[in-house]
Formats: sequence, structure tokens, C-alpha cells
Amino acid sequence: MSIDYSQKIPNNVNLNENKTLQRALEHWQPEFINWWQDMGPDESQGFDVYLRTAVSVDPGGWAHFDYVKMPDYRWGIFLNPAEEGRKVNFGAHKGEAAWQEVPGEYRSNLRRLIVTQGDTEPASVEQQRHLGLTCPSLYDMRNLFQVNVEEGRHLWAMVYLLHAYFGRDGREEAEALLERRSGDADNPRILGAFNESTPDWLSFFMFTYFTDRDGKYQLCSLAESGFDPLARTCKFMLTEEAHHMFVGESGVGRVIQRTCEVMNQLKTDDVAKIRAAGVIDLPTIQRYLNFHFSVTMDLFGADVSSNAATFYNTGLKGRYEETKQDDDHKLSDAAYPVLEIGDGQLLTVQAPYLNALNEKLRDDYVTDAKGGIERWNKIIQKAGIPFVLSAPHKAFNRKIGPLSAAKISPAGKLLSEAEWTHHHLAWLPSIEDRAFVSSLMGRVVEPGKFANWIAPPARGINNQPVDFAYVRFN
Amino acid sequence: MTYPEAPPQTITYDTHPDQYKHWRLSCSGQIATLHLDINEDAGIKPGYKLKLNSYDLGVDIELYDALQRIRFEHPEVRTVVVTSAKERIFCSGANIFMLGLSTHAWKVNFCKFTNETRNGIEDSSRHSGLKFLAACNGTTAGGGYELALACDEIILIDDRSSAVSLPEVPLLGVLPGTGGLTRVTDKRRVRRDHADIFCTLTEGVRAQRAKEWRLIDDYAKPQAFAEKVQQRAMELAAQSDRPAAAKGVSLPPLKRRIDETGYHYETVDVVIDRKSRRATLTVAAPSARPADGIEEILAAGAAWWPLLMARELDDAILMLRTNDLEIGTWVLKTRGEAQHVLAADAALARHRQHWFVREVVGMLRRTLARLDVTSRTLIAIAERDACFAGTLAELLLAADRSYMLALPNDPQQEAKLTLSAMNFDSYPMVNGQYRIAARFYGEEGPIAAARAAIGKPLGAAAAAELGLVTATPDDLDWEDEIRIVLEERASLSPDALTAMEANLRFGPGETMETRVFGRLSAWQNWIFIRPNAVGEAGALKVFGSGNKAKFNWERV
Repeated sequence: MSIDYSQKIPNNVNLNENKTLQRALEHWQPEFINWWQDMGPDESQGFDVYLRTAVSVDPGGWAHFDYVKMPDYRWGIFLNPAEEGRKVNFGAHKGEAAWQEVPGEYRSNLRRLIVTQGDTEPASVEQQRHLGLTCPSLYDMRNLFQVNVEEGRHLWAMVYLLHAYFGRDGREEAEALLERRSGDADNPRILGAFNESTPDWLSFFMFTYFTDRDGKYQLCSLAESGFDPLARTCKFMLTEEAHHMFVGESGVGRVIQRTCEVMNQLKTDDVAKIRAAGVIDLPTIQRYLNFHFSVTMDLFGADVSSNAATFYNTGLKGRYEETKQDDDHKLSDAAYPVLEIGDGQLLTVQAPYLNALNEKLRDDYVTDAKGGIERWNKIIQKAGIPFVLSAPHKAFNRKIGPLSAAKISPAGKLLSEAEWTHHHLAWLPSIEDRAFVSSLMGRVVEPGKFANWIAPPARGINNQPVDFAYVRFN
Repeated sequence: MTYPEAPPQTITYDTHPDQYKHWRLSCSGQIATLHLDINEDAGIKPGYKLKLNSYDLGVDIELYDALQRIRFEHPEVRTVVVTSAKERIFCSGANIFMLGLSTHAWKVNFCKFTNETRNGIEDSSRHSGLKFLAACNGTTAGGGYELALACDEIILIDDRSSAVSLPEVPLLGVLPGTGGLTRVTDKRRVRRDHADIFCTLTEGVRAQRAKEWRLIDDYAKPQAFAEKVQQRAMELAAQSDRPAAAKGVSLPPLKRRIDETGYHYETVDVVIDRKSRRATLTVAAPSARPADGIEEILAAGAAWWPLLMARELDDAILMLRTNDLEIGTWVLKTRGEAQHVLAADAALARHRQHWFVREVVGMLRRTLARLDVTSRTLIAIAERDACFAGTLAELLLAADRSYMLALPNDPQQEAKLTLSAMNFDSYPMVNGQYRIAARFYGEEGPIAAARAAIGKPLGAAAAAELGLVTATPDDLDWEDEIRIVLEERASLSPDALTAMEANLRFGPGETMETRVFGRLSAWQNWIFIRPNAVGEAGALKVFGSGNKAKFNWERV
């Protein structure tokens, strides 16, 4: 029986002609569906969800809206159109034609980059699978599911690369992506942050704002890759990633807005009173912010890294907006500042740029992430409340790299163990904070209704009204 | 005799007794005598004189040729006497000035070939009844003594001055690396403290003590020397079963064409891809059923496929090793009809007691063993038209990895791997183990399963099931999989690969030969890159200049 792959799996990789890929996907796709049934959003498989599906890479094609049952979502395979005559734009191979095939020499490093990126996609679906049960509105539930199916599609994108370019090894790695489980001590996801639980919606919004933004920066650097199929795949993924960060930024913003409204109604900044009114106090929001920001800092990897140097020099992974950087794109003699502990304080020292590329990407990220925090502060300001949210120092609460050995305050001060013990509950969410936030989580599914702790959005999805039935339960 | 033109700079291994510059081969009944008479002005490369019967690669190429002539063209010869045509000097070993001028790679390659030639002497003694007697009629130093050590027996002239010696350590700061150090212990069982003294003694050891220490078998006064040698040569000949009246098979020059794409022979084709640093060696099965009656086989002679293929493959290996250092990966392919190879194998098995067939098997054995110790990555590739059958399957078994194309939708078109009895009892590696047995570390189960498959054409799945091939990508994966394997391999450190492959090819179980190629060569090659040997004031560099070597005294 011949299958029309273009219907079943929307794609622009000529799947109908590619026997190798068809064979790999025929085997993998049922396993993916099984994984989705087991580990995808809980108790939601029969819902009709108003979802965006990418059906082509044209401006009109990547955002096609309709009701879909999630297991029937048409996860597709899309690459940005090829750029004529594209070159490797950095590293030792700078100026050579971009690779259309995996160079055998770099097979294992490339595979590792793709697998590491790919592993985060199903991981976040697993982390978020119970959130549908406590959604604050149909609108938010739909956004959660949109994020989930698109993480699923991003998994497909990475699996496509593994299947199309890495032969049997690639097929095995693709299967392993469905076999690891977030938070399973015996079979964990690759990166630490993706084994943390996402227990409540504030965590979810923080995660999509901060951690998905790491994803954006990783994808941006991979979109510079000399391995052209990876670059094109990541470029297209970025169009979808933007929505995830929108969910995070607007979600946190709506939580803040609702808190400010209640503070103004009650004319108080007393945490106990604010909590009693069923909204999340701003200091708790700051602590959540601190936590998610710092966990995400670790995702960029060690401050001084030989892998980062190798990936760059061999043309596999560039910098954020590599081609817009005004330098030689080889960096062999350049330096870049990194943090180090010395003389009882946090010092900035110059490291070889190639080794400091993780730090460079982290710094680019920090600048970007701070923008949203400023927009959140505008909401607080507009409400006339004297409170300012801020990003902690990038060395705060690190668990990876040399900085993980030190205790550093959100302001960037080196602390003694005792000082840390004394203060850290003021900086990071406590068990009580989490229990409180968790206590607010109750399911609201009436169209147009919102949980008490969050404000409605300014507008709906795809020009639909806010009270649109974004999810139908059948 | 004419030889095909080779581009200038290309070293070839072509020669003939008529063209020898350094040896004289004379055959008289059961005894062949090889007179070493090195022409000091005829080094294979410029820049040094081969004084005092000291040798270089050119001398050894002639020795190798002479041994081949004796094996094939002189079946009546039972004992080979190796001696010198010069007064008071048998051989003073490898030429030190040549070593001093040579690149590291040249030294290593030279030592490997000389080791193989000396192993070949012992191989012929062990398998073909050809006995070797070193008649050391003068100073026998370094590589000269190592050549003597390769012979079954050593007789030294007792003229009160001639000695056997291994002066490499005290004189040159290197090792007696052509098997000397190993044969002194493993073969001649010289007590280790005696060996220690012997190997640090510049002047060596003269007749009587040499015999006491087992460094030689016997000695004789100059007047009695020739007679003693003759007598002992006859006694050794009596142990041999080489035929008295057989007619030899002459070895004509190989029909080899060299062009920019590689080396091309009748049954072997070498295509070199310099950009990828890769050579593809394709060995062709006989184009028709090969001769299998002994008379027909003899009539075919050097054109008989097993011998022709072995000689061509041997030459291809040597050419590539010597001239194409950067070609780090050899892809081993075969093509043709398996039935013809299996027919040749059947003939080899049926007539293996016949002197000629025995020599052909020996040639195949030594050629395959040469492949095992080659410092190149060997990857066997079995595509649709491949013919890894019987003797040719040894190429696949010798490879570091083997890939066989699976065609699940069209299994008829798959290449087949077919084992023959020859794979189990005819081609031991230098560790004395058959490749198929060594592959399974001597474990009975998988060896028996492979044996049960003798004569059965095994498709990819069956070959993989028996553990005979590394991987069997199907037609969808094949091209990419193979490309990536080869590209990835080509990117790795050539030194680390050489060392890794040598370690993995020879598993548990050492023999004298593996110790020569492993322990001795590895240490020697290490010394060869150390400043104490090859630095400006290293021992090898200052030799003959009157200056003393300057050592870094740190023990490493």
C-alpha cells in the first residue's frame, strides 16, 4: 500500500521520494505516537484543540489554525528554503561551501549537538504533562497544548536530521529520544534543567520565558551551522519558538497584572494579605524568576569550554547572529571576559574567545531576557506600585562549571556558606512558596473565565475573542 | 628481462638474479649459496656508501627476490647457505649513515620489510622444508647477526677475531630491531644475563663463548670452515623433503602498470584517491575455472591464479607501503565468481603436499600476514559483485572492519561470503592463529558455527549472524554509511590508528613474530623519534663523526 506522505506528514523535504527517510519514519512514527499517548499531555488525547499547524514554510503556510485532536496533529518536517551558494561562515572552514552531507570527520560531534537539542523537546512535554489538569483558562490550556505539539514538532525536526543524515546510528539515537524520561533517575533526560519538574503554571510561564529562550539562543547558534540541513531546520524552528516565549512573557505579565490589581484594591503590600486574596505576591514571583533564570544559565554550559571551542572552530555551531559580528569569525587570537573566583571575590578575567563561546551566548541571552523583565516592571510601574523585578547575577545559584563551587548572591556578591544558608530562602522559592502557588492551581475551563490569580489576555489567538472555546472536551 | 616503467622516485621491488647488485645466488644440487657482496656505491637512495657489507632496502629487496627464486624456481634446493663473498666480514648490518639520513617513516618501513623477509626465511623452514645455514665467515654485527639468527643454524669462523655482535645499544643508541633482541631469547634461548652482556658489548663475542652462550651453533677454523659448512648443509638437507628431480616454476616479471590513478595488475587493481587519502584494492577471482590437476597447475606455473594473485597482491602491498605513506585507508574489495576461487581452494587443499602447491600456499600465507602488519586501516567492502570466498575471504577477515551490503528486497543480488576449509587451516597470522579463530578468541561455539557454514554462500544477514562481518547496511543506508565510516577514519591521527589497529589485530597469544612486530618494533620506533637517537647530538646522528652522543639522562 502506498502512503501519501505529504498528507500524513506535511514536509518540504521531498519525503515522497526519499525511501531512506520513509523507512525510518515508518518505524519511528508509531513509536512517537505511543510516546505521545504515554507521556504527552495527561487526559487530553480526545480534546479538540484550536491549534496552529505548519503546513508549509510560506508566510501563509506555517500558521494554519483549526481544531485538532493532539494525537492526530500533523507533525511535519520543514526546513527553511536553501540559500543559494551558502558558505561556512566561521571557524577553520570559513569560506568553504556549506556542507550538504555530514562530514564524516564531524559525525559524532554533530550527532551529539542534534541529540542534545532534540532531547530537550520531548523532555519539556514530559515536564508539562500534568498542567492541563490545573489550567487557569481554556485560553491558557490551548497555549500549553500549542507549546507541547510544537515541542513535538521540534523533536521531529531533530529526528529528521538523525534519520536523513546519520544512518543506523541516527535511527538508534532517534529511538533513544523517545526512551529517556524527564526526571527518571535511572533514565534521565540529558540536561539537568529538563529533569526539573514543572509543578505549577507560574513555573510553566517562567520556563517558557526563560528556558525556552535558551532554546532560542541554541537554535540561533545552530542556525549558523556549516552543516546546512541543520542550519535550515533550526531557522524554521525559530519561527515557532517565538510563540513559546510569548506564552511565557504574557503569562508572567498577566500574573503580575492580576497581583497589582489586587494590591491596589486592597491597598496593601503585605504578603500575607495578598496571598489571602488568592494571588501571587511579587517577592514570590521574584524568587521564581531567580530560580528559572539561574537554572537556565547552567544550560549554556561551562564558562570555559573546550567543546564550545571545537564546535565553533569546526564550523558546527556559531554564535548568536554570527554573520552580524564584526570580527574575523575565526577568533583564534581573540579574548572574551569570563567570571572566575579569586582573592575571595568574583573576578572578570580574559579567556580565549573560542573557549568562552558559551559565556558569549549566555551574555547575549541575558541582555535579551532582561528586556522582558523590564516590560513586566512597566506593568508594576503603571499600577503605581514601588516594586522592581530584576534578573539575578549570572553567577547566582549555578550548578555547572567553576562558579558552582561558590555561593553568590543575586547581586553578584561572593558569600560564605553561612551567609548563603541565612539568605537563600529570600532568593529562591521555598517549599512553602511552592505549596502556596500550588494551592492556587485549580482548573478553569469555562470559555472566557480565568482563575483568580491571573488576568485575562488583552486579545485572543488568531483574532478569535478571548472567550472563544479554544478547547472542546467532547 | 625488462620491467615496467615506474615514475622516477617510485621504489619498486622488481629484480632478478641477473640484475642483483649485492647478492650472488648459486645453486648446486641440494645446496643453494647466497653470497652477500654488497656494492657500496649502489645504495637504493643517494647520500651514503654501503661499506663493510652493510645493507639498505635495495639489498633486502634482492634477498627477498632470491628467496622467492629458490622457493619456486629451484625446488631441488634443500639447504640455503647464507655467507659473504667479502674477506673477514660476513655482514655489518643496516647501514648507519643510511639510517641517519632517513626519515622516520623510511626507517620504520625498511625495518618492517626486513623483518618480514627474515620471518619468511623461518616460515619456509617451518612449512616448506627449506633449511637455512648462516656461514658467518667474518665479522657478524648487528643486522648481519640478525640475518644469521633468522637461519636455522649459525656457524661462525673461528679466526680469533671474528665475532657475532649486537652493538646497537652501546654504539648507536638504538635496538637490534630486526628481530635480534627477540631471537636471542625466544629462538636461541640465550640466558637473559648473557643476552644483557652480549647486547651491550660493542666488540661482540667470539667463537667459543658464543657457542657456550648459544649465540651460534658451531664454529670452525678458517681451514676447516668450508668443509664444516658443506657437511652441515648436507645434514640439514637430509631433513628436507624438497624434491630432487622436480622442474622449477619461473617467476616472470609482474605485468604491472603504474599511472596517476594507481597500480594495475592482472588480478589486482589499486586505485588511489589522494584527496581522500584512500586506496581501493580490488582483487579479482579467476576469470575461468583455474587448473586443478597437478600437471595443469604446473603448466600454468606463475600464471596459476593463486600464485599470480598472491604475487600481485604482495607487490601492491609493498608498493603502497613504500611509496604512498599518506594513503592511510585501504579499502579491500573483491570481484568475480566465487566458484572459481573455491575451485582454486579445492586444488590448493588437494595438492598441498606437492612442493609447488605448498609454496603457493606459503606465498599466500606470507602475503596475508604482510597485510596484517601493515600500518594502514583496512576496511573490507562487499558490494553486489564482491567475491569474498575461501582464500579471498581472508582479506575480509584481515580487515579492521568489514561492511556487507544487505538487500532485503533482493537477496539474490547480495554479495555472498563463502568460507572454505582453507580459512580454517592454511593461513595462520604471525601469532600462529587462523584469522577466523582469532576473530572469536578461540571460542569453540562461533568457530564451529563458521566451520559448519563452509561452502555455503552467506548473504549479509547470515554472515552477520555468524559474526563474520562488522555491519550490513542495506541499500538505503549503504552509501552514506560507508562514506561516513571512511571520512571519519581518515580524520583520525595516523599514529594512534596504526597503534590501535596493531593492538586490536593481534589479540591474546604472543609468538616470536608478534613480539618482533609488537614489543621490539614499538620500542625501536619510539627510540627512533627520541633525541637521544636522532637529535642533533643523538647517537645515530653522531655515529662515525668522532663526536660523543649527548644524552638526556632522564629515564622515561
